[in-house]
Amino acid sequence: MTLVAEPPALAPEQRTTTAPALEPEVEAETKTKELVIVNWSGEFDRILPMLILSSAAGASGVGCKVFVTFWGLLPFVRDGKRLTGENWMQKMLALMQRPGIDHVKLSKMNFMGMGPWMIRSLMKKYHVASPRELLEAAQAMGVEFVPCQMTMDLLGIRREDLIEGMGEPAGAAAAIEMMTGANASLFI
Amino acid sequence: MTMTKVDQIVDARGLACPMPIVKTAQAMKGLASSQMLEVLATDAGSVRDFQAWSRSTGNVLIEMTEEAGTYRFLLQKK
Repeated sequence: MTLVAEPPALAPEQRTTTAPALEPEVEAETKTKELVIVNWSGEFDRILPMLILSSAAGASGVGCKVFVTFWGLLPFVRDGKRLTGENWMQKMLALMQRPGIDHVKLSKMNFMGMGPWMIRSLMKKYHVASPRELLEAAQAMGVEFVPCQMTMDLLGIRREDLIEGMGEPAGAAAAIEMMTGANASLFI
Repeated sequence: MTMTKVDQIVDARGLACPMPIVKTAQAMKGLASSQMLEVLATDAGSVRDFQAWSRSTGNVLIEMTEEAGTYRFLLQKK
């Protein structure tokens, strides 16, 4: 049996008809654009783009909300709060991953803190703002950080353990509403 | 070289992304409509950033020049 692979005859291109001219988006001009970021990882190398994008959005007049969930909540624990949690397991988690913006680890090449130390040194050398400075800039630019209530319960983190100026804790439905209402949403 | 009157100057030299536009946005808040802001930056990414920022915010990028690695952006508040 011979099989002759014959390509199907190509239909002649019939795209000569002109497409209707696209109507310019008038609405987009008037409505403030919105960006929503789900901040999940809490790692140095992910916190950094999250903070850069959110502060840049704020500076560009784009409304920006960041839903802060799971590991992503730990960097938002206020300074001086070393041990979060109410039971031994929650406390142990806080011991294993120290909360606070100054104690974020890299997702790769952490090497017991050597990686973050090197990155921080390089950032200083090349005048890149630190996560702390970026977080302050983002808040000053009106970015709203919304903590996830379930994560707070799970990790035993109370509102008073979190930094100043965070939004009302919310849940998944609120996050969905934010994301579907925004022009763009990211999960970092 | 235009002889435009500049109302405020933001010196963002040495700062990396996103601080030049963050500082610019902060300074813009204090200006009145049609006032002029001059921004100095050394971040090469700011060339595209300021064009995009001007489109996003509606503030007008009047002029953009570069001299010995320093970028100068002249912006007019909308």
